[in-house]
Amino acid sequence: MSSITRDEVAHLARLARLQLPEDELEHYAGQLDAILHAVARVTEVAGEDVPPTSHPLPLVNVTRPDETHRSLTAEEALSGAPAAEDSRFRVPRILGEEA
Amino acid sequence: MTDTTTDLVRLSATETAGVIARGEASAADVAKAHLDRIGAVDGAVHAFLHVDAEGALAAAREVDDKRARGEEQGPLAGVPLALKDVMAQRGVPTTCGSKMLEGWRPPYDSTVVTRLRAAGVVILGKTNMDEFAMGSSTEHSAYGATHNPWDLDRIPGGSGGGSAAAVAAYEAPLAIGTDTGGSIRQPAAVTGTVGVKPTYGGVSRYGLVAFSSSLDQAGPCSRTVLDAALLHEAIGGHDPRDSTSIDAPLPPVVAAAREGAQGRLDGVRVGVVRELSGEGYQPGVEQRFHEAVDLLRELGATVTEVSCPHFQYALSAYYLIAPSECSSNLARFDAMRYGLRVGDDGEHSAEEVMALTRAAGFGPEVKRRIMLGTYALSSGYYDAYYGSAQKVRTLISRDFAQAYEQVDVLVSPTTPTTAFPLGSKLEDPIAMYLNDLCTIPSNLAGGAAMSLPCGLSPDDGLPVGLQIMAPAMADDRLYRVGAAVETALADRWGGNLLTQAPELQEKA
Amino acid sequence: MKTVEPDLVPYDEAVAAYDVVMGIEVHVELSTASKMFCGCSTAFGAEPNTQTCPTCLGLPGSLPVLNQQAVESAIRIGLALGCDVAEWCRFARKNYFYPDMPKNFQTSQYDEPICFDGATTVEVEGREFVIPIERAHMEEDTGKSLHVGGATGRIHGADHSLVDYNRAGIPLIEIVTKPIEGTGALAPQVARAYVAHLRDLLRSLGVSDVRMEQGSLRADLNVSLRRAPEAPFGTRSETKNVNSLRSVERAVRYEISRHAGIIDAGMKVTQETRHWHEDTGITTAGRSKEQAEDYRYFPEPDLVPVAPERAWVEQLKAALPEPPAVRRPRLQAGWGFSDLEMRDVLNVGALDLIEQTVAAGTAPAAARKWWLTELARRANEQGVELDALPVTPAHVATVQSLVDAGELNDKLARQVFEGVLAGEGTPEQVVEKRGLKLVSDDGALTAAVEEALAANPDVVAKVRGGKHQAAGALVGAVMKATKGQADAARVRELLLERIGVDH
Repeated sequence: MSSITRDEVAHLARLARLQLPEDELEHYAGQLDAILHAVARVTEVAGEDVPPTSHPLPLVNVTRPDETHRSLTAEEALSGAPAAEDSRFRVPRILGEEA
Repeated sequence: MTDTTTDLVRLSATETAGVIARGEASAADVAKAHLDRIGAVDGAVHAFLHVDAEGALAAAREVDDKRARGEEQGPLAGVPLALKDVMAQRGVPTTCGSKMLEGWRPPYDSTVVTRLRAAGVVILGKTNMDEFAMGSSTEHSAYGATHNPWDLDRIPGGSGGGSAAAVAAYEAPLAIGTDTGGSIRQPAAVTGTVGVKPTYGGVSRYGLVAFSSSLDQAGPCSRTVLDAALLHEAIGGHDPRDSTSIDAPLPPVVAAAREGAQGRLDGVRVGVVRELSGEGYQPGVEQRFHEAVDLLRELGATVTEVSCPHFQYALSAYYLIAPSECSSNLARFDAMRYGLRVGDDGEHSAEEVMALTRAAGFGPEVKRRIMLGTYALSSGYYDAYYGSAQKVRTLISRDFAQAYEQVDVLVSPTTPTTAFPLGSKLEDPIAMYLNDLCTIPSNLAGGAAMSLPCGLSPDDGLPVGLQIMAPAMADDRLYRVGAAVETALADRWGGNLLTQAPELQEKA
Repeated sequence: MKTVEPDLVPYDEAVAAYDVVMGIEVHVELSTASKMFCGCSTAFGAEPNTQTCPTCLGLPGSLPVLNQQAVESAIRIGLALGCDVAEWCRFARKNYFYPDMPKNFQTSQYDEPICFDGATTVEVEGREFVIPIERAHMEEDTGKSLHVGGATGRIHGADHSLVDYNRAGIPLIEIVTKPIEGTGALAPQVARAYVAHLRDLLRSLGVSDVRMEQGSLRADLNVSLRRAPEAPFGTRSETKNVNSLRSVERAVRYEISRHAGIIDAGMKVTQETRHWHEDTGITTAGRSKEQAEDYRYFPEPDLVPVAPERAWVEQLKAALPEPPAVRRPRLQAGWGFSDLEMRDVLNVGALDLIEQTVAAGTAPAAARKWWLTELARRANEQGVELDALPVTPAHVATVQSLVDAGELNDKLARQVFEGVLAGEGTPEQVVEKRGLKLVSDDGALTAAVEEALAANPDVVAKVRGGKHQAAGALVGAVMKATKGQADAARVRELLLERIGVDH
């Protein structure tokens, strides 16, 4: 397994929306590298023929009927909002655009 | 504090319910006794993040009113409970031990809370935990660590250290925990209490703030096996709000606990997992575990050694799967809709505010796991890390399936060591992760597992936990075997293990 | 950073020099009562944040539960597009941060779509084009942001944004084509015909409102050029969220000219998303996709796999409405329309309307006349689709039956439609309120006839003398006196009778 660099940690932090200072990047790089080396043994054991498990139990087809329930009021929905305006969540200006 | 109130907090949940049902004490008196106890000892233990005295007393009075009207009530009516702060409770602060959610009051109840209310259980408040349930010591709580009532300089386990410590410190006879890799069982083991991780899908996750969705499971914490069974029954069963909830009747856990308490385990086949012992296990822990296995034989069980060769990969698989899911589950904490917001000064963009808030709001362990998970899921690494980990998960499930062809339950120590000193592993994540060595396999496979006290380690005098594991939807087996062991040990000790715990200094 | 783009190459030159490859992704909002993963209403136009709950707000602890009707709709759409239906498939999380996405991941499907490998045929200028379908999968919509400050509603220069999550979690089906090749110069029309075809198909399935103007059906258009059909694919651009048929055609056309200009200038087409501007008819650059987003897809652990039972799928397949390729010729033959007439019908989207009008008892020719002339003109004036008009097939049938009974003439009928469109009620109510009935009462007409005869003795004499066509002037006089509310044929009859000549 390749080791994880400071730059890679910076990339991960960006992907994960974590604004980390320089010294923390170094610190995490060391720790993540150690953890990844410790867990890399998972790659040694399972062959091609082993199916992956995403759900611990083999349930399928769990659905609900297409019926409406009572929604929250706008007040309840906005009750935890750091900022609200005109019954909407107020957020800082958005730079990017949606994918 | 009067002797009566002291007595009230020492009762089991079953006894407490009896006292209330017979009118020997009101539910309000019981609630007050516990609130007093919290006031007296929690300064030292720090099991609670929020005490909802008003809500608790209101719920208790409702139970008393119903009793006065002669209404039929459930077997836990009026019994106080401590709720892990990862469970949404309408209008009550729910922080998950994180700065990120400081002050957040959910506009809805989790299914567990809904069912507790329906059962007349009195919720005293919210308990401390490692931030977003990531940790094995509660030291990763943003609000300070919880202290082990057996030795205040030691960890109470984690992530649900607050729930276990509250139960061990007689602040509540019952608590709700959640277990992703051992967060109910490991704290139970190191605090000398009982903790059960039900079958995945056995208790609704609706309202449980997700750490790792395919592993998380809520369950009971208590001082006795029967109490755990009663709480398990109160919160368990199918919930249409949780797609992964099992649509089948709950196994008869209470009946099994009562049956087990009769004492004999003739015909029960017990497997000792060969791979969960040896290097890294504290000698005192192994000693008490072997004695427990001997006890199982004495009670009539057939004990054999079984091998689960892939358990050695469980920890590695877990530390890829859980962080991967957490990196996605915790993405919603972005300062837009609820919780902390940092840097909203009119200059910073939404993207910047998200990144500033997440850097300020999450502690180091959460950040580590988010980045680890982000890495494991990223293109180019997915197959090697996340993909391989999911295959290991399959292999571990197969190990369990093969073992359960030979035996009814598996046993192991719950943890490799007893409670370690606060601060001793904080800077070494991998050493911390090793606490969950024995508990993680059950999470990966979705089966049920229990930890109950099996003695004090001769080397440090601290509690040791016996882990019992059972296949999915065979939770009743845990209770039968657990209750039998508990009864036999109580006979030997002249009471349960907690009676041997040092008295906590009560603040006047 | 502003880059100077080379001039556009005229469309004809562009398609003469290059081979066009398209890929079209269409997002369809399903018309289920509740959202994809929770029971909040999907109704359009509610007050902000009044159709949300812990689940669609992504509150901590909330969980999704799949809408059964959405699964059924997804399967029916796939079957209608000739797709295979997965034996077993999962949802996946598409991870990226955006303020209008409550969980900061979209619950979608990744490498296991519920429907895959289909094909459908569209016709353009008498040629048939097979559109290969890659997949149709289930996902959820996002909330809507309102950008405040700066230019109205625009993201750039905004001071802050306001988010409404009512649309978050609305069920979406994304239908993705494989590369569409071999369309040549007809590419823009094929794109349009395909989207129109999907719209008709989805409407016939009853799974969506397919209101492009409301965004319930929107297309992402991938366009690339290459020197020859044998050459590898060129770099594509993706024009997002195009929401009218006309824009689909124009946007593809524009992109072809733009790509050709770039390649001709010896430059490289940038792989990026583009925004379509309806007003100026151009696209502008969005986010560059050179640094591909890493969405870190993984199976959604909170939802269990979907494994549609084969018997159920077969049942849904058997109950599908007649495919357009079969239905259209059948209707055309039954109605006796020419190919040209049928094409006009399809172009204005009047097929279902005419079918329903005919079913309500109107002759096909009359039904076609009203929908394609008067009503199509009104829809065009209002800039809405024909079926968005308040006039229904039942209204048209009523009006035509009044015409057939001699109670209305065409002029009055148009006034009835005008009243219905103005919200004055049903045709019967408009006739009543506006007093639009033809004067057919002979008593009232006789008085007007007598008056006309008395006022025009010279004309009467001419008619008596055999010049029957001179009666026209008398008819005109009667019509004027009755303010047009008389049946001209009956007036003529009465006049000739009174004058005493055969008619």
